Amino acid sequence: MAATEPAAPRAGAMALVAERDIVACRQLVRKLAQELKFSLVDQTKMITAASELSRNTIVYGLGGEMRWEIVTEGLRSGLRLAFEDHGPGIPDTALALTDGWTSGTGMGIGLSGSRRLVNDFELHTVVGEGTCVTITRWR
Amino acid sequence: MDRIPILKMGRCLLVTIQVDLLDQTALALQEDLSQRIAATAAHGVLIDISALEIVDSFVGRILASISGIAAIMGATLVVVGMQPAVAITLVELGLSLDGVRTALDVERGMGLLQAVEQSHGGD
Repeated sequence: MAATEPAAPRAGAMALVAERDIVACRQLVRKLAQELKFSLVDQTKMITAASELSRNTIVYGLGGEMRWEIVTEGLRSGLRLAFEDHGPGIPDTALALTDGWTSGTGMGIGLSGSRRLVNDFELHTVVGEGTCVTITRWR
Repeated sequence: MDRIPILKMGRCLLVTIQVDLLDQTALALQEDLSQRIAATAAHGVLIDISALEIVDSFVGRILASISGIAAIMGATLVVVGMQPAVAITLVELGLSLDGVRTALDVERGMGLLQAVEQSHGGD
């Protein structure tokens, strides 16, 4: 980080490769949500969603990255997180967003559940190319 | 890898989770607890999660599975100390922790385990 930086960076990225990165991702999202003065419940929801999605990126997407950005829209500000991998992609997104559906060993509520924890949720996936899930929570 | 300590008190096993849980650490706890229940013939297991700032579907699934394993081995599991923000988030996530007994704090959790013990008449 540059010493002359005028303010905290408004965007950044971290690699999601190994399981311990899930813990690091939660810690980074907690720090950002606290800086944005999210309420404790909103912080907890955003950290939990990040935990679910970073695990998906690592376990199902075979690794990738999380990009974060502090966004503003009029008077409101929020935190946007994008979880991107270059894994197998999701053949049936409607099915993947159904509670209880799982392609692996989980409970199948990672995607559908984290959608309920945030304000905006976008899922882009191409079979054979990868998946990107973008979530935003406004303060 | 870190392992979470398991304490024995009378016929109960006590676990306090004080670290941000790695998935592997949670899995190791499940294994360690089943072995300790078998080795000590414990009747009750109390897990204090008051220091946990989030419970996601992975940890939720482990807690439900520990509860099931304990029941099969003749022990009752009580999860205590969940923070209100964690409870709100869990429900919205869609995890109801079906079948997992919970109590507000360690004292109430121990009370619940004692009540279960008495209703079985002890042995």
